[in-house]
Amino acid sequence: MAEKKLNIQDMIMKLEKFWSSKGCMIMPSYDVEKGAGTMSPYTFLRAVGPEPWAACYVEPSRRPADGRYGKNPNRLYQHHQFQVVIKPAPEDIQQYYLDSLRVLGIEPLEHDIRFVEDNWENPSMGCAGVGWEVWLDGMEVSQFTYFQVVGELDVKPTMSEITYGIERLASYIQDVNSVFDLVWGNGVLYRDIFKEPEYEHSKYAFEESNQDNLLKLFDLYEATAKRLLSQNLVHPAYDYILKCSHTFNLLDARGAVSVTERAGYLSRIRDLAHQVAVSFVEEREKRGFPLLKNAKNKKAGLEND
Amino acid sequence: MTKDYLFEIGTEEMPAHVVSRSVKQLADRTRKFLKENGLKFKDIKTYSTPRRLTILVEDLAEKQKDIDKVKKGPAKKIAQDADGNWTKAAQGFARGQGMTPDDIYFQEFKGTEYAYVHVKKEGKKASDILLGMSNIIKAMTFPTKMRWDSNDFEFVRPIHWLVSLFGSDVIPVKILDITAGRKTQGHRFLGDSVVLANADDYEDALKDQFVIVDADERKDMIVHQMNDLVKKNNWKIKPDKNLLEEVTNLVEYPTVFAGSFDKKYLKMPKEVLITSMKDNQRYFEVYDQDDNLINHFIAVRNGNKDYLDNVISGNEKVLVARLDDAQFFYDEDCKYPLSHFVDRLQNVSFHDKIGSMADKMKRVRIIGDFLAKHWKLQDQVVKDFDRASELYKFDLVTQMVGEFSELQGVMGMYYARFAGENEEVSVAIKEHYMPATSEGPLPETTVGSLLSVADKLDTIITFFGAGMIPTSSNDPYALRRNAYGIVRILLNQKWSLPFNEALPEMVDLLKGKTPAKLPKAGTQDEEIASFIRDRIKQYLQKNKFKYDIIDAVLASSQQDPIQILAAANVLQLHHDDDKFTPVVESLTRIDNILKKAKFKGQAKVDKSLFENNSENELYAGVENLQDVVDLADLYEGFVQLQPVIDQYFDTNMIMDKDEKIRNNRLAQLSNVSELADRLGDLSKLVIK
Repeated sequence: MAEKKLNIQDMIMKLEKFWSSKGCMIMPSYDVEKGAGTMSPYTFLRAVGPEPWAACYVEPSRRPADGRYGKNPNRLYQHHQFQVVIKPAPEDIQQYYLDSLRVLGIEPLEHDIRFVEDNWENPSMGCAGVGWEVWLDGMEVSQFTYFQVVGELDVKPTMSEITYGIERLASYIQDVNSVFDLVWGNGVLYRDIFKEPEYEHSKYAFEESNQDNLLKLFDLYEATAKRLLSQNLVHPAYDYILKCSHTFNLLDARGAVSVTERAGYLSRIRDLAHQVAVSFVEEREKRGFPLLKNAKNKKAGLEND
Repeated sequence: MTKDYLFEIGTEEMPAHVVSRSVKQLADRTRKFLKENGLKFKDIKTYSTPRRLTILVEDLAEKQKDIDKVKKGPAKKIAQDADGNWTKAAQGFARGQGMTPDDIYFQEFKGTEYAYVHVKKEGKKASDILLGMSNIIKAMTFPTKMRWDSNDFEFVRPIHWLVSLFGSDVIPVKILDITAGRKTQGHRFLGDSVVLANADDYEDALKDQFVIVDADERKDMIVHQMNDLVKKNNWKIKPDKNLLEEVTNLVEYPTVFAGSFDKKYLKMPKEVLITSMKDNQRYFEVYDQDDNLINHFIAVRNGNKDYLDNVISGNEKVLVARLDDAQFFYDEDCKYPLSHFVDRLQNVSFHDKIGSMADKMKRVRIIGDFLAKHWKLQDQVVKDFDRASELYKFDLVTQMVGEFSELQGVMGMYYARFAGENEEVSVAIKEHYMPATSEGPLPETTVGSLLSVADKLDTIITFFGAGMIPTSSNDPYALRRNAYGIVRILLNQKWSLPFNEALPEMVDLLKGKTPAKLPKAGTQDEEIASFIRDRIKQYLQKNKFKYDIIDAVLASSQQDPIQILAAANVLQLHHDDDKFTPVVESLTRIDNILKKAKFKGQAKVDKSLFENNSENELYAGVENLQDVVDLADLYEGFVQLQPVIDQYFDTNMIMDKDEKIRNNRLAQLSNVSELADRLGDLSKLVIK
């Protein structure tokens, strides 16, 4: 383990620097609530279609049902993911990942690092992939996936997605038992930033949310997304789909959704996700898949040099 | 001349559960491929780790046998048409020999001209044939396959390298843009890549690079290291076979270690701890000499002993986090009375088309009460059953079961105890899921057995009612397993239940008490009875009854599993007796006559119409057997009765001209037949 323990923001900066050196753009977090980094348009939308894409970013991920009022040392209403997506997936992506751990001071020979099968699926977004959870001394610190289907469209070329659980990994690196004891940066602790939000969001999600209003909001967001899709306004439509998804998660946390209804809501979101994925590819095609051209030009340029 | 052939597919980490069967698949396909190509070999050895599937073909022939033979084909007039063109027959003949029609020549054979070819082929070299190994890779199947890069080709995980060595020669098999060579990869962290001079160097060369390629050897290493640890600490373990297999296929170089956790977690039900360790972390749980679970665990690292302390403390920390989580769920769940959970079952769906869990529980109570009455169970059993039926699905909405669904039933039992329910009620909640597999353990208690049968019957009744009937290939709700469980429990508890009578009664009782659709009387309830009878058949087959006995007992009008099993036992026991054949012959003779006469009349026998003593004797004999309960005694009775029956046939003309006498005799025979039916349709028996 490193001599001086890495704080969270150093950790993030090191990861950004590392992945930038592997060709990733460093993107800002996307500003609509979502349950996972995968749902950022920088992953979901960019996964479909033939264009290459390489990006990394921190994504705050809200999972209302996991809220524990800030009392559980490891479960959070909102945790942070460090997301790396590269399309097409580089041949040595596993090796890159292991190198990125070294950058964080985790030397594989001093630990037990394992790739354990975990095929990822997000039925509400029509997504499926094949891959692993990565174990560091028995702890799942990352999710590693080769996307096969996104928005019910085949992902081709295949995109690799690596999701680091920032709090998990940081707890390991800083050797703390509670995420609230983590140092975020410059001496400020995780608890100083997130303890109250955790409590308040849990209180809201489990006790104070208004089911009727949430149900109305879901319908409203869905109708808006549909209307925008019919006008080919892909990105605002996608924002409203994210809002549908988050609203559903709030309803679910409240226990307001029965098993049967659940399937119904999930299929409504999935339909929208499929449509937006299709529209995104169509719109990019109208523009001649600009990133595909870029890549070709870059390659041609290199060959001419 | 022969050489060994080594073929290795190097991949990213494969799922543990596919490794063993995939390498077997690779060997099987290769075996078939070599046989089809006429390449002789001694045997195929397999090696596998999470990152490689490897076969070593021992003593593989260097080439096929040479061919030098003359082959006779069709007659000339069939081989050529009037214009001298080759016919389809001729073309087919040539093709069949791997030649073209141009190779055909004619020669006389017994006065007729025939087409001939001289097939002279040097046997193909193995080194050429082995290039076809790429097709074997392409043909392999996996539960989940994936694409990578821009390829359409799918495999279980991306392929990174191929080794293909025939003796010391590389056979450059190609797949995608990978060409096989002699370079393999060592352990991901401890090893380096290594260039193999010879196919036979494989095992040792990789051992030097911290890869134990022989899966059995890896497993042995794990078992030995585990046993050392256990001995040293005076512990006990009960290593789960599947877990051992899985762990073996998660590592290339195993090092076993032990860790521990705070004793305070041992206050939780042991199943919670075991699930956290086993299912989530792939740890082996540890017991003391008295079989009590203790605060240690055993796990396997993919690596050597270096920095093992890091690995141990990391794993301990992870487990504690999981146990903390479980503790949170446990404490939360214990805060509420059971009614808090029971109330929520109205919103938990049993099935969309059937209704809620709460509704199911109401039906199960009605069914169970009916059964308890039918079996004259004690009042206390009924009381406990009624209470259990009000509660038994409640743990589905607890936090613990939400997190660990495999603990359903078990948590119900613990929480019920904690809430002060009595032991019978608590245990029944756990036992109602049993048997969980077709041959799994059965509920041990009476209340648990009753609840399990009622719950499963309700499932079958409502699914049939809703039209969701299993087909031969599709049974998504495991109704067969449910029905088989019912049969096993009934037999175990010696609970008699004639389904043909009981089902309509149960369905009647449910009418108006549930929104669920119920089976239609007369058609669907008969379908259910026959569905269950098929499970009785399965049970008899499983327990090695002779097929004709199974056919006989199931063809009777008897629908009670207990009676059917008893009949099968009696027939099986006496099957080889000297008397068996005459008894069966006499009884089937009766059935045949009744069938022929299409007798459906009154079976009441009028003694005043008797004409001789043989009729009186048979009458007395039948009367004697009328009240026999035990089927073994009934069979013995038939052994006694057999000469009487034969004498009856010898003395009397059954189809007498006088209708009264005729019908009286038929009535007498049908009384015998009814008795015999309790043993089965004996005409199905194959007798010598």
